[in-house]
Amino acid sequence: MSTAAPASALPSYADALARYEPVIGLETHVELGTVSKMFCGCPTAFGAEPNTQVCPVCLGLPGSLPVVNEAAVRFAVMIGLALHCDIASWCRFARKNYFYPDMPKNFQISQYDEPLCTDGWLDVEVDGEVHRVGITRVHMEEDTGKSLHVGGATGRIHGATHSLVDYNRAGIPLVEIVTEPDVRSPEVARAYVDELRELIRALGVSDVRMEQGSLRCDANVSLRRRPAPGEPDAPFGTRTETKNLNSLRSVERAVRYEITRQAGLLDDGERIRQETRHFDEAAGRTSSGRSKEEATDYRYFPEPDLTPLALPVQYVDELRVGLPELPAARRARLIAEHGYTTRDLTDLRNAGVLDLVEQTVAAGAAPAAARKWWLNELARRAADAGSQPSDLAITAADVARITVLVAAGELTDALARKVIDGVLAGEGTPDEVVAGRGLAVVADDGALTAAVDAAIAAAPDIAEKVRGGKVNAVGPLVGAVMKAMKGQADAASVRGLLLERLGAS
Amino acid sequence: MTDNPTPSATTTAAATTTAAAATGAAAATDVVHLTAAATAAAIAAGELSAVEATQAALDRIAKVDDTIHAFLHVDAEGALAAARSVDERRAAGERLGPLAGVPLALKDVLTARGMPTTCGSRILEGWHAPYDATVVSRLRAADVVLLGKVNMDEFAMGSSTENSAYGPTRNPWDTTRIPGGSSGGSAAAVAALEAPLAIGTDTGGSIRQPAAVCGLVGVKPTYGGVSRYGLVAFSSSLDQAGPLARTVTDAALLHAAIAGHDPLDSTSVDVPVPAVVAAAGRRDIRGVRVGVVRELAGDGYDPGVEAAFTAAVETLTALGAEVVEVSCPHFTYALPAYYLIAPSECSSNLARFDAMRFGLRIGDDGQAGAEEVMSRTREAGFGPEVKRRIILGTYALSSGYYDAYYGQAQKVRTLISRDFSAAFEQVDVLVSPTTPTPAFPLGAKVDDPVAMYLSDLCTIPSNLAGGPAMSLPAGLVDGLPVGIQIMAPPFADDRLYLVGGALEEALDARRGHPLLDEAPAL
Ligand SMILES: [Zn+2]
Repeated sequence: MSTAAPASALPSYADALARYEPVIGLETHVELGTVSKMFCGCPTAFGAEPNTQVCPVCLGLPGSLPVVNEAAVRFAVMIGLALHCDIASWCRFARKNYFYPDMPKNFQISQYDEPLCTDGWLDVEVDGEVHRVGITRVHMEEDTGKSLHVGGATGRIHGATHSLVDYNRAGIPLVEIVTEPDVRSPEVARAYVDELRELIRALGVSDVRMEQGSLRCDANVSLRRRPAPGEPDAPFGTRTETKNLNSLRSVERAVRYEITRQAGLLDDGERIRQETRHFDEAAGRTSSGRSKEEATDYRYFPEPDLTPLALPVQYVDELRVGLPELPAARRARLIAEHGYTTRDLTDLRNAGVLDLVEQTVAAGAAPAAARKWWLNELARRAADAGSQPSDLAITAADVARITVLVAAGELTDALARKVIDGVLAGEGTPDEVVAGRGLAVVADDGALTAAVDAAIAAAPDIAEKVRGGKVNAVGPLVGAVMKAMKGQADAASVRGLLLERLGAS
Repeated sequence: MTDNPTPSATTTAAATTTAAAATGAAAATDVVHLTAAATAAAIAAGELSAVEATQAALDRIAKVDDTIHAFLHVDAEGALAAARSVDERRAAGERLGPLAGVPLALKDVLTARGMPTTCGSRILEGWHAPYDATVVSRLRAADVVLLGKVNMDEFAMGSSTENSAYGPTRNPWDTTRIPGGSSGGSAAAVAALEAPLAIGTDTGGSIRQPAAVCGLVGVKPTYGGVSRYGLVAFSSSLDQAGPLARTVTDAALLHAAIAGHDPLDSTSVDVPVPAVVAAAGRRDIRGVRVGVVRELAGDGYDPGVEAAFTAAVETLTALGAEVVEVSCPHFTYALPAYYLIAPSECSSNLARFDAMRFGLRIGDDGQAGAEEVMSRTREAGFGPEVKRRIILGTYALSSGYYDAYYGQAQKVRTLISRDFSAAFEQVDVLVSPTTPTPAFPLGAKVDDPVAMYLSDLCTIPSNLAGGPAMSLPAGLVDGLPVGIQIMAPPFADDRLYLVGGALEEALDARRGHPLLDEAPAL
């Protein structure tokens, strides 16, 4: 069994990379966010009761016929354009024939040798280096139903007593995006999927939720021996296809595992079997699925129930002109206009606050302040509540107003947090919360001066140290004043005032 | 021909129904002789109720169908309810369509709510479609009365109706012979006076060949002219539903009722329906250019068939048509191309019959896996001809063979279309015999599939090229009807009716009565 090499036999990842160059290609399926299915009028909403979003067409009942959803074609063209592809002026659907219980017709309407989009690329940045990944093709197809295996362990078919099929998913429009074998590392593979997801999200054509399966990724991995200096590249090795990777982390881990697994086999003089493999998230390993020798001959032929798609040039041009700002352009703009770094943007995006920060700046906040409040304060609160920052009951305009009040010295950071508490508690706008809770910075110098004098008088030893030049010893005095002022003073001003009073400033 | 009277559709029918006209349509045996046009006219005039017309058809079915076995399912209740509704609305003064109240037999390959749909196959036994085919909803909208479902070769694969899982249908002209196929039930029902109209489907001649051997008019409309939604697919790029009737006018009325663009069928074409009813009534073909296809004659054609065809062509000349011979050299390759394309598409279309969602399920004992249940169900549920074509098509589409078989066949298809285009630059319609022979005896060809396939030699080119074609009775050969086929360019279906209407009138006039009047009593 070449497929079950013991883990102990695997070389280290670094050793594997030293001897072999990974060659990686990715196939990504994206469910399009159309209102209705690819070939019928059934709704596509996620999470409905099983088999409630079906009709004769998506159930493949005898006599039913498909009709192409224009919105799905439009979305697929938009993806192709955003990936710099050529859009075919004429293309066809094809039938991919194989038997499976969750395939209503036992063929899938897909595209074969005449796809909608070809020859594009996507630039991916990893650690400041840009990698251009070639896009071979983007084609349209319909999703299958979903099998639920009952009676066995954790929904697997082995040991199940029976299976149930939910056809709600059958006929949901998909695009499959296939790359050239251009990717050379697990990190770039992950970054590619991440960038692709951002791109499609920016287009607004899918919710690209990997955990719900609306974006699924298969990774083709092969190794070739690194050439000695001056030698030409070795030919590509035999590849495996690891299916249905459902998180960015899984993409990276599965590819990394395949690299070490294949390196181990090659080191032992064994051959790589061309096969599909499954990634076990818990174990962090891939295991053998179907081998290519047993694989189905899909017997593709042009779908006779659909006429070819001949998209007018004008239709494609209008979509090209109408594309929204794409992630790469947006990043460049935010760096140029707001002074963010690439790292800032990555952090903001990972925290799910990039849109909110941009809106907050647009509402009048300084870019640095908008970044600080969303990233540090609000993202944390959302995480504590188990929700998304965009779900918080505070608007970008509210946050902008708070940053303006802080900048003007009317709120301290501590007070600003209390204002946020109030807004989130539904007490109104930031200004209403400031008024309602009486949170404005006390600007009355008399009260503050009195508090400063009282603090100095209460701690003559500390006061003496500060007067002697130990400026950092002033901390406890600042704390005492702030306590006396119930927080409604600006700590920096208090410190300044104390040092001034003690002749140490 | 100008000396002859020019009978209208109604008066033509009246020749066979003098008794009915005289006694006010009371006698059911006479009502069933009425053409569809005459039935509709009598209902519209209040001389006959739709319920009477329907009951007469049901009585006729009860009397003769044990012998003929055209019907797989008779929906007496549904038919009478539809007929009552017609009568009530007519009584209320509602204006109804030209076929309101006329009974019809529906080929069991089209879905209809409230009735089973078997496609002549065991694998669909007991399945009730939850939706109406577009052809069926248009028939209902036209107030046509659906009597039930009629027999066919399993999944429309065959030329004799012997491939039905529910037993063969017999030819009313000679019950030891086949009624043609695959729409044999449709043709036999109309020829046996069980219904004035029937819907058939035609993939390689399945309307025209049964029409020819049962002495009827049958039309395959232009591909894309009639919706395929709800027509259980045999070969998607070839299948087309169309009318079977006793007269050209009846066929035109039915054609007009079912044709037209359907957004549920992407291959349905959004163009105006050709004016087939008007064309059927014109009866003047002076100056019409008619091409006799040289390749559809000679070896393998029964001399009687050729004689009847030649006589019909001479009649066209006598009517003032300009008849020339034309060559369509690639028609020779039509049959082999068809037997690659149709099985290829069928191998994919019939994949859905897998016991998972509908129909027969064999071997689901709680132990067998899904694949085994699928396999055992398909083994038990499909007949030998269907299996033969699935295997043939699966092979033709296989990787490594696709170009040599399916790919080549598609090229032949293009060449045949070009032959038609070139011919239609010279002539308005093409003609040929519909079949090389009259109806053969039941069982004569069941063990020789290739001999059976030759029945469709003349009809297949129109399916491959998509153009419309009609068969109408040319005459009798040893007491058995044979047909002449008229072919026209895509979406020129009206030309079939123009030429067919004039020819039918002349042949009936020469004979003194419609051909069907010579059919033996049952
Ligand atoms: Zn549906």
